[in-house]
Amino acid sequence: MPFSFLGNPLTLVLLVLALAVLGYVMARGRAMARAGGDARRLHSLPNYYGMTAAMFAAIPALGVLVIWLLAQPMLIQNAIMPLLPADAVVTQGAASLVLSDVNRVAEGLDAAVAQGVLDADAIAALRDDPSSLRTTLAGVGVALGSDVQPFVLAAAQEARTLDARWDLIRAGVVIVLALAGIFLAVRAADPAFRARNVVERGVLALLVIAASLAVLTTVGIVLSMVSETLNFFSQHPWQDFFLGGNWAPNFRGNSELSILPLLWGTLYISLIALLVAVPIGLFAAIYLSEYASGRMRAVAKPLLEILAGIPTIVYGLFALLTVGPFLVDVFGAGGALSMEGLRDGDPLMQGATAVITAGLVMGIMLIPFVSSLSDDIINAVPQSLRDGSYGLGATPSETIRNVVLPAALPGIVGAILLAASRAIGETMIVVLGAGAIARFSGNPFEAMTTITTRIVSQLTGDTDFSSPETLVAFALGLTLFVLTLGLNVIALYIVRKYREQYE
Amino acid sequence: MTQTSLLRQDKRTAKRNRAEARFKAYGLIAIGVGLLMLVILLTTIISRGTGAFQQTYLSVDVTFEDSRLDKTGNRDIAEISRVSTFGYKPLLVDAFAQLVESGAVQSDLAPKDMADILSKGAEAQMRDAVLADLTLIGQTVRFDFLASGRVDGYLKGRVTRDSIVNDKNISAEQLDLVDELRDAGVLEKKFNIAFITGSDSSDARPEAAGFGVSMVGSLTMMLVVLILALPIGVAASIYLEEFAPKNWITDIIEVNISNLAAVPSIVFGILGLAVFINYMHLPNSAPLVGGLVLTLMTLPTIIISTRASLKSVPPSIRDAALGVGASKMQSVFHHVLPLAAPGILTGTIIGLAQALGETAPLLLIGMVGFIASNGPDSIDAALLSPNSAMPAQIYEWAKRADPAFYERAWGGIIILLVFLITMNFIAVMLRRRFERRW
Repeated sequence: MPFSFLGNPLTLVLLVLALAVLGYVMARGRAMARAGGDARRLHSLPNYYGMTAAMFAAIPALGVLVIWLLAQPMLIQNAIMPLLPADAVVTQGAASLVLSDVNRVAEGLDAAVAQGVLDADAIAALRDDPSSLRTTLAGVGVALGSDVQPFVLAAAQEARTLDARWDLIRAGVVIVLALAGIFLAVRAADPAFRARNVVERGVLALLVIAASLAVLTTVGIVLSMVSETLNFFSQHPWQDFFLGGNWAPNFRGNSELSILPLLWGTLYISLIALLVAVPIGLFAAIYLSEYASGRMRAVAKPLLEILAGIPTIVYGLFALLTVGPFLVDVFGAGGALSMEGLRDGDPLMQGATAVITAGLVMGIMLIPFVSSLSDDIINAVPQSLRDGSYGLGATPSETIRNVVLPAALPGIVGAILLAASRAIGETMIVVLGAGAIARFSGNPFEAMTTITTRIVSQLTGDTDFSSPETLVAFALGLTLFVLTLGLNVIALYIVRKYREQYE
Repeated sequence: MTQTSLLRQDKRTAKRNRAEARFKAYGLIAIGVGLLMLVILLTTIISRGTGAFQQTYLSVDVTFEDSRLDKTGNRDIAEISRVSTFGYKPLLVDAFAQLVESGAVQSDLAPKDMADILSKGAEAQMRDAVLADLTLIGQTVRFDFLASGRVDGYLKGRVTRDSIVNDKNISAEQLDLVDELRDAGVLEKKFNIAFITGSDSSDARPEAAGFGVSMVGSLTMMLVVLILALPIGVAASIYLEEFAPKNWITDIIEVNISNLAAVPSIVFGILGLAVFINYMHLPNSAPLVGGLVLTLMTLPTIIISTRASLKSVPPSIRDAALGVGASKMQSVFHHVLPLAAPGILTGTIIGLAQALGETAPLLLIGMVGFIASNGPDSIDAALLSPNSAMPAQIYEWAKRADPAFYERAWGGIIILLVFLITMNFIAVMLRRRFERRW
């Protein structure tokens, strides 16, 4: 097709931008000409007339383009649904499987045509017996799971035709919109036209859109997870998910998918992490804010905060390759503290991945988090409280324990909750350091698994979005989201309330 | 009756003073423990990672005999390219036999077993050289071959004679040969530029694995994040800080942003998988998708820091601009924004540094376990063809069975940290240089 290059969205964007520049020059020139070359006779500075045209040309056109790009896949999907035999799309899961096959074949045909392996006639000849298509498409780098059914090929062809047609219509609509925008703006470019006000209103609208994007992200997170979670619960009993005791995914069906053992592992590891991070972080914060000289503060605080800037993958590797093997040397077979005698020759720690490994390393990661938050909070306690305590003859440590800490307690609790939410959502340390076995156990030297680890393992590799084993990851993700969000909201509320108390 | 004196401490005071000293010591110990962890972490990274920047090479003279490569002798490239890498193996074997004959080394090993101390990519290296320059046929050429991962480990002390007892990939006799070759000066460790520029390799060839292609993947993602997150973040902050009326809608937006900053990164990965890949059908493993996910993650950070720097510009600037007849929009864009720019830039760099080290969401959109053999050759390909990213590549190596990959994982961490330190250093410099106290 002659104009098929316009189907490429990037080309279209560049074209629209070029039109916007053209509109800018035209409108600015016309306004100046109408004012007789004297900018003082214009309502706004000349550039504003140009900007009006550029804005009119680019914004509606690009906006329509974005919405169109989002909507087109869905519309095409609806259009090809009637082409599929009813027995192939009985359940929603089967339908989504067939549709993904169709997309894959359409993609493969596009690639084959682009590389010159197939042409339109060759594809048409395949209509009744497309079984050879699988090898052909494998040759162009698109691997299919099974042989192509005739109805899949028909639907894929229909999808390709529609796609190509709508790509062209889209290009036409976008270009017409851009031209119409230029026309309107250039016609309005007149000394009396309030170009600045129009531009500023447009810019304000853009600012509002940018600000609401953050809300859109949240809505996107919630919607994408809720719909897949509902999908999951339609295929898997919710009683098992929330109340069952076993995590045993089985890709042949009949899985037991309960969140409880995962939640136990998550909370256990987070608890150990907090047991490490809270005392160290809190004492460090107390020392830094109450005792340390200015110079020590200037050195120690940034150094501690380096720990917070190190990527979590580094901690993960540290857990897997350094801390884990070290702990095995101490608590494993033949180690000084393996307690083999007490446990019938069974060493306390069997492998490098364990709750304690992940917990310790996560604790190190959280130290600066706890210390800098607590530091801020302790500093916010008014000096008058300390002075009062000193005046009564208390030592600094008595002042801290009996006056400063009680006053700062709500804020510190908030800081700990924030750290807990960070620990619950942490992924890389537990993926590498905690192991993959879901179980209820009190022994911190055993491997256990967490919610985030299971999300990663259920969603990496080849995922099939119609099986409960994959969909469960969305239910886990939603639980994680709700859990961390809840902790955050509570923590932020406490911290804010606390700050108000002394302001 | 007890004697009390101001000059002598009574028991209670002494006890209280001891408690004071103890309390102070706890604080010092806590800071010490924190700093000790930092030191342990950094020394581990450096001591285990620097090895990746050195690699063992063996220089061997290889004779490209006509009889093996070009039986007809008419130098037809189509015919020569029909010789597979297996056809080059005998050349290597001959080269080792030659080495023994010349008396440079002594070994009872069959030359075939000697050739096994080289990387499995050696044959391909010869084949590529021949196909690039047909005049090599019939000549003797000196090649620097990568030694196999085990041999490399032996020279670096990771592999010892005790550790290879049950190892099928290398024998004690081969290690004897390695010692001889090292003494003869043909086997040595050199700076490993291929680690910094190359691509990942298959499980069997840890010696050839490189970090370069995943660096390109990460940089592409950072470009996407910068192009999207900076304008959107700044626009959102300007609205919220300068124009937004105080009402429940803007309240919701504000609460939303501060909460989004604390959502676990893996949740953004789920969002990316569901929306960008599953719904919008963007390609799996593409840096564009990774960049989009990281953009959503970085936005709250950029918005929060941008608002802080907008807030620090004193109101007198705005009032003065309005006073000489600027519109509200002009006062913001012409005066407030330029004054806040250094702070915005600093916040953006810090946000980018965070995004650069993020791994979990990349696992879900498939930027892991993929071996891109070459770097992308166009912007389109860089954005849309599958690639890895620095932290995902490190994760991939950490999961493999051969410990030779662990060294590369640590080495990758060194490179990643160099990037992060540079970015943070620039941020600190910017702040020092341009920060203005009003």
